Amino acid sequence: MDWAWVGSHLDDIQHLLLQHITFTVSALFFGFIIAFPLALVAARYPRLYQPILGITGVLFTIPSIALFLLLLPFTGLSETTCILGLTIYTLLVLVRNTVEGLRGVPDDVKEAAEAMGYRPLALLMKVELPIALPVVIAGLRIAAVTTIGLVTITALITFGGLGAFFIDGFRRDFATPIIVGIVLSVALAVAADLSLVGVQRVLTPWARTRR
Amino acid sequence: MEFLADLFEWFSDPINWSGTEGIPARLWEHIQYSLIATFIGALIALPLALVLGHTGRGGLLAINLTNTGRAIPSLGIIILVYIAAGLNLLPVYAALVALAIPPIVTNTYVGIRSVDRGVRESAEGMGLTGFQVLKDVEIPVAMPLIMAGIRTSAVQVVATATLAAYIGFGGLGRFLIDGLATFDLAQMTGGAVLVAVLSLAVEVAFGALQNALVSEGVAPRKRTATIRAKLGSTTA
Repeated sequence: MDWAWVGSHLDDIQHLLLQHITFTVSALFFGFIIAFPLALVAARYPRLYQPILGITGVLFTIPSIALFLLLLPFTGLSETTCILGLTIYTLLVLVRNTVEGLRGVPDDVKEAAEAMGYRPLALLMKVELPIALPVVIAGLRIAAVTTIGLVTITALITFGGLGAFFIDGFRRDFATPIIVGIVLSVALAVAADLSLVGVQRVLTPWARTRR
Repeated sequence: MEFLADLFEWFSDPINWSGTEGIPARLWEHIQYSLIATFIGALIALPLALVLGHTGRGGLLAINLTNTGRAIPSLGIIILVYIAAGLNLLPVYAALVALAIPPIVTNTYVGIRSVDRGVRESAEGMGLTGFQVLKDVEIPVAMPLIMAGIRTSAVQVVATATLAAYIGFGGLGRFLIDGLATFDLAQMTGGAVLVAVLSLAVEVAFGALQNALVSEGVAPRKRTATIRAKLGSTTA
């Protein structure tokens, strides 16, 4: 471990860390925008659930390196390729957890809310989603951590966030940047995971009082 | 589209189907790396998770291992071990085994722990020893989740074995890495298609194996699906 290298490359570290975060946040944002309506549809019309899971599942199974390369003919060596690929990987977990969360809302709770005069939209926003929230956030946590790991693969198409340090270290047969890349991306994943747990605690105050 | 024609041409060129650099040879290398890594991973993960699950210890570690494991960048591990250990297959297996262990540990642990307490206690009441309870009751009941864990690992390992090519080894990743290096779009996408198809095939094959190994009495599909959603297992 060459600490002098770390000291003289703080700018690079900051730049790549920022790229890593930007890619991750963008992928989660777009992933959620796409997955959320899909999940609502799947929860409302159960016959569509298996096909939607099937398609997002097949997309998830495509190896990441393969997917990024398969996108190259269409979107080229660009940030779009990176973010598009990363977004595709978030879909399965986000759809599945949102649907499972909504499905986990007890029927008598829904019926009670309907009897109290909740219309479908209000029922969804004020009753179903809050109850489903822990499972939805569990999905976001998995998606966030997975995405942070996958960002490093985009190093193979010249981006990579902190993964760019792996390629740098490989070319120069030099371990320090690789260690820095691994440690920081794992730390970033842990930080993202803990922040989402924090978000969940803030959004579900009723779950805290029970403990 | 012209690129699709190129891709078709790549797949139909007999040169790509013969010799040590042909598709069959690369496919076989890929399968070898993946099988060995998943096997070693299972060999380490299963006994550990079975003991933890049976005794109920180390739950927090076992449950969180998968999520933390996902964050470990395989590309980083493979290159780091390569720099430390040199040009042999150790870096490949280090990265792949590290990838294989967490899902198996977590799924197996949760599977064993979620065996109905009544079932376990009646087995004990019938005079089964601890080992017999594990072997004859807990493992069969937990089999759907155990297999789901191994399946998740196998699919991830197959996908990631592509990286072996990055440090100069074989497998289907050769087509991807070489294609990328020479901007040979057809070779690169051809390799990508092959890896994707192999991953899907492994997913399907393990699904069939799972059906064969899970006792008919234990197929609580809905419950397994719910547990998986909580666990975040990657298999749909």
